[in-house]
Amino acid sequence: MIHSLFLINNAGDLFLEKHWKSVISRSICDYFFEAREKAVEPDNVPPVIRSPHHYLINIYREKIFFVSVIQTEVPPLFVIEFLHRVAETFQDYFGECSETTIKDNVVIVYELLEEMLDNGFPLATESNILKELIRPPTILRSMVNTITGSSNVGETLPTGQLSSIPWRRAGVKYTNNEAYFDVVEEIDAILDKSGTTVFAEIQGVIDACVKLSGMPDLSLSFMNPRLLDDVSFHPCVRYKRWESERVISFIPPDGNFQLMSYHISAQNLVAIPIYVKQNISFFETGSSGRLDITVGPKQTMGKTVECLVVTVHMPKVVLSANLNATQGTYNYDPVTKILLWDIGKLNPQKLPNLKGSLSLQSGAPKPEESPSLNIDLKIQQLAISGLKVNRLDMYGEKYKPFKGVKYVTKAGKFQVRT
Amino acid sequence: MSASSAFSDEKGGSASEPEYGHDPASGGIFSSDYKRHDDLKEMLDSNKDSLKLEAMKRIVAMIARGKNASDLFPAVVKNVACKNIEVKKLVYVYLVRYAEEQQDLALLSISTFQRGLKDPNQLIRASALRVLSSIRVTIIVPIMMLAIKEAASDMSPYVRKTAAHAIPKLHSLDPEQKDQLIEVIEKLLADKTTLVAGSVVMAFEEVCPDRIDLIHKNYRKLCNLLIDVEEWGQVVIINMLTRYARTQFLNPNINESLLEENSEKAFYASDDEEEEDKKAEPATLAKRKPYVMDPDHRLLLRNTKPLLQSRNAAVVMAVAQLYFHLAPKAEVGIIAKALVRLMRSHSEVQYVVLQNVATMSIKRRGMFEPYLKSFYIRSTDPTQIKVLKLEVLTNLANETNISTILREFQTYIKSMDKDFVAASIQAIGRCATNIGEVRDTCLNGLVQLLSNRDELVVAESVVVIKKLLQMQPEQHSDIIKHMAKLIDNIQVPMARASILWLIGEYCEHVPKIAPDVLRKMAKSFTNEEDIVKLQIINLAAKLYLTNSKQSKLLTQYVLNLAKYDQNYDIRDRARFIRQLIVPTDKSGALSKYAKKLFLALKPAPVLESPFKDRDHFQLGSLSHLLNAKAAGYQELPNWPESAPDPSVRNVEIPDWSKCSSRKDRKEKKVEKPFYSDSEGESGPTESADSESDSGSGSASASGSDESGSGSESEESGEETESDEEEEDEEEEKKKRKKLDKTKAKKQAEESAESEQSSSAEDRKRGRKAVKNQKSASESESESESSESEEESEEESEEESESDTNVRKKRTPVLKQPPKQSKKESKKETQEMSLLDLDDYEPAPASASVTPVNFLSSSLVSDLEGLSLTDTILAPTTLAPSGSIKMYELLHRIKGEGLAVEYCFSRQPFSPEPNMVAVQIQFTNNTNSETKNLHIEDPRLQSGMRIREFAEIDVLAAGESVTVVMGIDFCDSTQAANFQLCTHTRKFFVSIQPPVGELMTPAFLTENDFKKEQGKLMGMNEILEKLTLGEKCVNEHVIVERVTATANLSRVPCGSDKECRFAGKTVSSGCLVLVTVTTKEGGGAQLTVNCEKMLIGTMLVKDILQALSQ
Repeated sequence: MIHSLFLINNAGDLFLEKHWKSVISRSICDYFFEAREKAVEPDNVPPVIRSPHHYLINIYREKIFFVSVIQTEVPPLFVIEFLHRVAETFQDYFGECSETTIKDNVVIVYELLEEMLDNGFPLATESNILKELIRPPTILRSMVNTITGSSNVGETLPTGQLSSIPWRRAGVKYTNNEAYFDVVEEIDAILDKSGTTVFAEIQGVIDACVKLSGMPDLSLSFMNPRLLDDVSFHPCVRYKRWESERVISFIPPDGNFQLMSYHISAQNLVAIPIYVKQNISFFETGSSGRLDITVGPKQTMGKTVECLVVTVHMPKVVLSANLNATQGTYNYDPVTKILLWDIGKLNPQKLPNLKGSLSLQSGAPKPEESPSLNIDLKIQQLAISGLKVNRLDMYGEKYKPFKGVKYVTKAGKFQVRT
Repeated sequence: MSASSAFSDEKGGSASEPEYGHDPASGGIFSSDYKRHDDLKEMLDSNKDSLKLEAMKRIVAMIARGKNASDLFPAVVKNVACKNIEVKKLVYVYLVRYAEEQQDLALLSISTFQRGLKDPNQLIRASALRVLSSIRVTIIVPIMMLAIKEAASDMSPYVRKTAAHAIPKLHSLDPEQKDQLIEVIEKLLADKTTLVAGSVVMAFEEVCPDRIDLIHKNYRKLCNLLIDVEEWGQVVIINMLTRYARTQFLNPNINESLLEENSEKAFYASDDEEEEDKKAEPATLAKRKPYVMDPDHRLLLRNTKPLLQSRNAAVVMAVAQLYFHLAPKAEVGIIAKALVRLMRSHSEVQYVVLQNVATMSIKRRGMFEPYLKSFYIRSTDPTQIKVLKLEVLTNLANETNISTILREFQTYIKSMDKDFVAASIQAIGRCATNIGEVRDTCLNGLVQLLSNRDELVVAESVVVIKKLLQMQPEQHSDIIKHMAKLIDNIQVPMARASILWLIGEYCEHVPKIAPDVLRKMAKSFTNEEDIVKLQIINLAAKLYLTNSKQSKLLTQYVLNLAKYDQNYDIRDRARFIRQLIVPTDKSGALSKYAKKLFLALKPAPVLESPFKDRDHFQLGSLSHLLNAKAAGYQELPNWPESAPDPSVRNVEIPDWSKCSSRKDRKEKKVEKPFYSDSEGESGPTESADSESDSGSGSASASGSDESGSGSESEESGEETESDEEEEDEEEEKKKRKKLDKTKAKKQAEESAESEQSSSAEDRKRGRKAVKNQKSASESESESESSESEEESEEESEEESESDTNVRKKRTPVLKQPPKQSKKESKKETQEMSLLDLDDYEPAPASASVTPVNFLSSSLVSDLEGLSLTDTILAPTTLAPSGSIKMYELLHRIKGEGLAVEYCFSRQPFSPEPNMVAVQIQFTNNTNSETKNLHIEDPRLQSGMRIREFAEIDVLAAGESVTVVMGIDFCDSTQAANFQLCTHTRKFFVSIQPPVGELMTPAFLTENDFKKEQGKLMGMNEILEKLTLGEKCVNEHVIVERVTATANLSRVPCGSDKECRFAGKTVSSGCLVLVTVTTKEGGGAQLTVNCEKMLIGTMLVKDILQALSQ
């Protein structure tokens, strides 16, 4: 399966290599560099690259390419999914997954990679188990470690891998027992020039932060479970129970995890919280153009829209923008050609407006293409789909946990065409 | 391996890497590098763990950066035995990296691992095996092999998992070992833990993917376990099962596909997929019977379906491909939703999923149509995703949605991403060719694009228009004219070449314009790109042939220019064309056909998806993605014409449906994971520690859940087989009735018959009872006898080895002449007599094998020993009362159908009086004879001896036999280990006696008892106070309990508050005296006097437990 892994930064430096079988020379990465060069944008590097004897499967994450080398047939998604899991584990351990943190913690990284894969086949990928095997670094511990010279390898051997519930470690104890659930919904939408919805759907996740002692058995029920017809679960959730009763019943992993994700598809009606009136036009002569954008609330269910940001990818020929914003600040980056308008809170009484002129490269023809607007927003205390958690019950433990549910709606891939 | 050598230039790393030259760790200068290593060596040699650790950390960092640290090998390898677990781990990391290069030195570490393999801690055993198998040193192959074999039968599933991981490692190191490894794989495939399942299938795929026969017996188990296997294992198992199903089941679409296709064909006249099948199928359809899906096929589909909701994209994709390749057409649809959901994931995941969706959408367009909008493109998508989405949209286009799709395409054309725009135009072209109705609209749209400011857009449009026009040139001469005008403006060579080709090809449709174009082009010939020049020559030649009057001179001129061109291709072409078209005296026969050559009717290009026919690769595979066979790709086999025998999978049914829910549940609990949906309440794994216990406890606390899933488990466990089973059952009953009838007629002895049948039933019940005893939780009261009878019937059926074979044996009996059935009945009577002995004959050793027991287990335990109270002196006469506990020696599954149970019969072992008699019952559950059952290789503690039973020559299928063997335990509770051998296999088994079985009753008078007790005071006397259990209300019960616990006899006693028992140890004949004195209020005092203090203590413990229950 996975033969070797190379980590390569955006500048093309190979800064870590790990082999699970015989060593493969790093010159194999030349094939990757070739493809990288051809692709221009890092996003466009094909995930699977063929070389005469090997296949390179890579992902691009946090400005790092994770390039894995394989030799024989393997489902590509298997490798891709695993590489993402590696990146997530790093993030989990070091707070962020960047070149610096990886270089700083190279020994832990190496130990992690050693545990996660055996002979190229995944061995332990559950964060709870890994944390028992190899303790994540903390400031305090790294201080202690430098003084005493000990490291992060767990002294005791983990039991998690051997238990029937591989995602939860045994003997968890908290003084404050609490369970929090965040229902986060993202609206993916495409609105056309006239403001009608071409396509809209909701991607929801329920993130959980469960800090409960012992071995609690939770069940979470919804007021309107019918909304959820396309769901995927953390392995801890009992499928059958969901199928029969529409209740999410599970023994939670310890700490933070994503309990489930769901998808409310385009067939349902999706409320669009804002509308955008825009007019971006370029004149035939004079190398200039005009821009006028107004944003207003539409279906906000009585909540305030916050953190509103409008991003416009301008055509290459646009040199600068001379605009006037009634609210918030705007910024045009002439290198990346991105116009960013940070509005903040949306005030329904006084609609924010951005208006002004654009100057183009002199002599260049009027651009044919029309830029599209990407919207970012956030609405607290609201799940736009209307999903509501009914109750959370705990069985198996005696104490009374503190429970909380939070709702947030965000814009996902929210795009307005012009 | 050999392939890797091309790139594995191991030592290239260190000095030659310029980018690390400035790195402080590398030292810059070679010599200082050495010095630094000396430094590390010193640290490694020191006594302090902290220094060692620091050194190892630095070395690992060097390895991580790809620097060569191999010269440190001797210094590092010394530390392999280091006590510090952190140092040890890092040393392992180093070893695995460099052992291959330093094979000789690596051998130094082997003994450490070998020691580790014997460690009592399973994690240490596992990690030792892991490292041992990872250091690729050829010399240790035999050691690895041995270690793997041993680990494969380890108690701990985690170690077995590691063994499974080690198999492909060894295989890649030494392919010679394949046969032996396959044996291990076979063994591990039979493993029932989810932990092992994924890893062993992985090993199977790497070592022997073609040995599909190994899967048969494990197929249903794998299906049922699937949901609990860890996600990576799920992917591997699903992919393997897809291949398996393709070889074992019939194509579910064999009939419908034909019908549907026909109707589809009528709708989409332009749609010419799957044409080939059409011809072949009418014939087959006529022949074929209505398709019935194999229940195992259904089982696979049903058990994989919930995995579509996995969070792991690879699992979802694996299930999706399974459904695509295996499910009936009507059911494939469910995967669309899940695949569409994956598109929200990382762009790499999207990329792979879209590739697969593109392939699927060609074959099964309807599936994705409802999700059309999910494939709409955002300006922020990476180009490669955009292009793939476009591909899917194009595949999904049909008459009804084409207008929406075209509108969507229109916006794409305005995108800033030029590659994407070009792809969009091509997509429009494809829609236009596929859907006749919109061809004109598309063409018009494309023509409009010709006036686009962007040259790329125009060029791409020209190329597409060219292709479209080729389909129906007559109607579109005006478009050709329009394009001819464009040639002045368009600069993109490909587009210019396309226009020229069009004009040349259809010069007869535009007779006035064509020569004029040639004139213009002749003028600019020298400045054109090569492809344009070639097309100019082409155009000239064609015009010369059709309209030589106007173009003769121009052609000559162009050819002359070409003659002196810099490019030799062009010069060649010019020379060739001149010879061909310009008639000279030398010109050969070919010139006559020049016109035919140049102006032949050319077939219109077919604009088809690059993903067409990619589905001959297994979807989701690397090969599919690359559209080329990757190394190690396993071809997806075609459906078989007729299904292979489905009964090959039958063998293990009983173990996996009923047994697991009844008898085996308790035992399986150990191995079955807690969460299994199919086994709602099955318990924690191996380490049934408090944690997992509480887990299961909590599960049962959520009452409704439990019952719900419990019933589900029954369902899912049985559903598949239930039909089958029920049928079997009924059949069985019928047959039995018939059988009985025939017998009745034959023998005309009704009484005998009833006796027979009842005894048979008794036997079953007896077996059932044994089971009940084990699964004490199972409480079935006597009143349920009818039900339990049924159950026992079922079970005995299963017991008798998936029964089919037995039935096969029996069926002929029914039909064959009475003689045969006489034989049969004889056999039965034989059995009967054996059973009768149970009931009536007191003494023989083989007697109490199958204690008859109608009582529920709890009652049994309550009444245990009851029968002994009055007749202590002759316990044997009452042996069949069920008081004798059967222990399992070899489980049926482990023994591959051979089940062995034993009990301590409490008979004196006549050949050697100082041995304990052990009664062993063999039951052959396989469908073949087991031969030469005997004992081999006893491994005993010193002083212990075994008197083997005589070898059993043949044990026929479904039969059981009982033998007695003697073991001298030397008055210790050490287990006697030995091998049980059949003609094919050997099983390691052990018998461990409870302390109470190490003695025989001794008959003393009250006075003798007191006298002996007086001799055994002090250290030899053990006093213990206890509170009697609720049920120990009277003397009667106490006596019963004590005698059940230990093989003692009661000594008469004057006081009714005291009970006395006496016995002596079998081996050394030491007296054992027990006194129980009851007090008011449930208190009691237990006194045991025995010279052997150890036995005394253990006996006290056992009796205490028995009494306080």
